[in-house]
Amino acid sequence: MNKVEIYRGWCKKCDICIAFCPQKVLEADEESYPTVVSPEKCTGCLLCEMRCPDFAIVVNKDEESRKETGPAAGK
Amino acid sequence: MRQTEHLVHKYLRSSKRFPHIWCAGCGIGIFMQALIRVIDQNEYSKDDIVLISGIGCSGRLPVYVDFNTLHTTHGRALTFATGIKLANPRLKVITVMGDGDAVAIGGNHFIHAARRNVEIASFVLNNSVYGMTGGQSSPTTPYGVITASAPYGNLEPDFDICRLAEAAGAVFVARATVYHTQLLDRLIDKALKKKGAAVVEVVSQCTTYAGHFLKLKSPVDMMKWQKNNSVTVEKAKQQSEAELEGKIVIGVLVDRERPSYHEQYQSLLAEKSKI
Repeated sequence: MNKVEIYRGWCKKCDICIAFCPQKVLEADEESYPTVVSPEKCTGCLLCEMRCPDFAIVVNKDEESRKETGPAAGK
Repeated sequence: MRQTEHLVHKYLRSSKRFPHIWCAGCGIGIFMQALIRVIDQNEYSKDDIVLISGIGCSGRLPVYVDFNTLHTTHGRALTFATGIKLANPRLKVITVMGDGDAVAIGGNHFIHAARRNVEIASFVLNNSVYGMTGGQSSPTTPYGVITASAPYGNLEPDFDICRLAEAAGAVFVARATVYHTQLLDRLIDKALKKKGAAVVEVVSQCTTYAGHFLKLKSPVDMMKWQKNNSVTVEKAKQQSEAELEGKIVIGVLVDRERPSYHEQYQSLLAEKSKI
């Protein structure tokens, strides 16, 4: 299963990751930080990681699947 | 499962303070990440990249990354870039400018760098406003919009940066928004590889000022606006001028060949030094 990690120290709570996740994996917690609510739904599309203006999200995938679905795919 | 560190850490200057200075939801960070990703994919050496900026919010970008960087005077990123490319053609020269920096204060340099066709990949982060100084009208502020310097609405029509670059002679002109990150990656990649003046307009969001003026309350609203108002080049070809009014045409707009300035300069130098 892919693991979405959020680094709160750099997050500015802009909500971009929550709004644009195609699978609605993320939701805001009581402090408005994004938090993973449905980890099993994550397809590892990396859109949250790519659209985070503060480099505060990393999607942990194994190297092979990262290559297949990463930004380079479909070039 | 392997723990993955964010790719940007490979290229950030650890001596700088993070989080960076840009506002919550600012598009500059999204562009910066995309630029780093493409540079990493192409395995360019840090020492071969020169990243140059002018003044403004986007001017802070080179401060954070560990390439050869230059934070120059307002609007003059392209002049420094031209000098660097001519002095050392081996280097990959990249400029990052804001809309005010590139087409207002540096407008003169912008058109002449395109005319000379110096091999520089230029990225214009267009957020439609002077953000750092407090939200004054820029040359890309839409007509009629109220800004800090136009309290009764902006009376100036806005520039189309891509058409300007095309008319001035740039050999590669493209546009993307920060919402369309995958397209942005592809366009950055093409611009970096182009032998000649390449201009990519990156439509971005100023959530602090432009969002307020354009009545878009949050970064999410602004990115949804980018998504809903964008038309691809292919679709735009089948639409009329009236249909395209207020739309953002995204994709590769111009891709042509013309001898670049430094190539001609080098061959002239070689020819004349024989005598």
